[in-house]
Amino acid sequence: MTRLRADNLSWSQGGRQILDQVSLSFAGLGPIFIIGPNGAGKSVLLRMLHGLLQPDSGAVLVDDRPLNMAARRAQAMVFQKPVMLRRSVQANLDFALNVAGRPASEAATWLEAAGLQDKVHQPAKSLSGGEAQRLAVARALAIGPKTLFLDEPTSALDPAATAHIEGLIARAVQDGVQVIMISHDIGQVRRLAQEVVMLHQGRVLETGPADVLMGAAERGETRAFVNGDLLV
Amino acid sequence: MSGFTEELAGALALIFSGDAALWAVVGLSLQVSLSAVLIAAAIGMPLGASLAVFRFPGRGAVQVLVDTLMGLPPVVIGLMVYVILSRSGPLGVLNLLYTPTAMIIAQVILVTPIIAALTRQAVAASHEEYGEQLASFGLSPRAALATLIWEARPAIITALLAGFGRAVAEVGAVMIVGGNIAHVTRVMTTTIALETSKGNLALALALGVILLVLALGVTLAVRLLQGGPQDTRAIS
Repeated sequence: MTRLRADNLSWSQGGRQILDQVSLSFAGLGPIFIIGPNGAGKSVLLRMLHGLLQPDSGAVLVDDRPLNMAARRAQAMVFQKPVMLRRSVQANLDFALNVAGRPASEAATWLEAAGLQDKVHQPAKSLSGGEAQRLAVARALAIGPKTLFLDEPTSALDPAATAHIEGLIARAVQDGVQVIMISHDIGQVRRLAQEVVMLHQGRVLETGPADVLMGAAERGETRAFVNGDLLV
Repeated sequence: MSGFTEELAGALALIFSGDAALWAVVGLSLQVSLSAVLIAAAIGMPLGASLAVFRFPGRGAVQVLVDTLMGLPPVVIGLMVYVILSRSGPLGVLNLLYTPTAMIIAQVILVTPIIAALTRQAVAASHEEYGEQLASFGLSPRAALATLIWEARPAIITALLAGFGRAVAEVGAVMIVGGNIAHVTRVMTTTIALETSKGNLALALALGVILLVLALGVTLAVRLLQGGPQDTRAIS
């Protein structure tokens, strides 16, 4: 199992401190949810853990070694807005499988998982929001990642599409994929989370098992956020 | 008015009768301009894509150079190429002046900045949309470049068509370096200029009609690639 660690990560932009000495350890499969108000630094932290952003100071460690290209290739990420390549549904999966050096024959499994068997040859850009995000999650899993990052993957989806995505996430964890995810949907956190990290103003406010944190958080800000109060 | 009608009828007769002299000029024009666009694409596309994706020392200077060359009047380009290829010029020994090759060189210089600038714009947009996703797949910026160009293909084909339109319609530079020699370097635009001055309006008009049809074809192709005409229906 991958041991992912954020060691004293700091990052600022335009004179504003977005992440301030964030240290975290992700050992289990999760799903681990990173929660917190807008501007807390969640997306920046996720991108940094995936190597898409470099910290001003601090380091991301995978199994006690600095995050390198080989470790990054064992990770995948799904973005809030699904990024579909200008090609067919099938070709989007083929692209990911090819990049990961996996056999093209595996595409069928992921088409079925995404529920897109009848849209194989359709341009991926013409899919609905829900379909595109299902494909994005399936495409990320097709790579065979050890760790999957998801940045608010269901924020623009209806309940049916959200349920499908959540099913894919639960199945990924069962298959041994570590899932680290951002969500503003407290109901979703309650449904899926094993661990929760509360981020506020670029700092880790609180972290712990989901049942504890969602029920009796130590910090007032976390309780307010979990209760759905407006935390600014 | 009747004079114009007669000239136009003569022009159409020339086009549809398959006049050998006329179609030889059209053929040479297409040969020169398509060759120029092909070479310009081979230089301009990677250059534009690199400017969009990579950060390297001198990138700003290259961008300024590309933008400057894009705004350079064709006759100035013609003059530069003339000086370089003339007998006393640095490449005079190659004896290229007043050949189709010289015209291709001039058009390459004219078209490359256009293709490079439009490709830069297209690939920058593609990079904005797909850059993070491709990096997430573990692709280095260099490895992602081919995919970024492929994803921007409608806009890049538009850039190539714009380059071809610019090349085939150009007159000043090819006149200077080609010399407008009959059966050797005489292309549509230079022939139009010459035949008009001679009063042979039928041939000039025939070539004008063909150029217009070509321009129309390029415009329609660009519109088709950009998704067709905009829907202008009012929202009720």
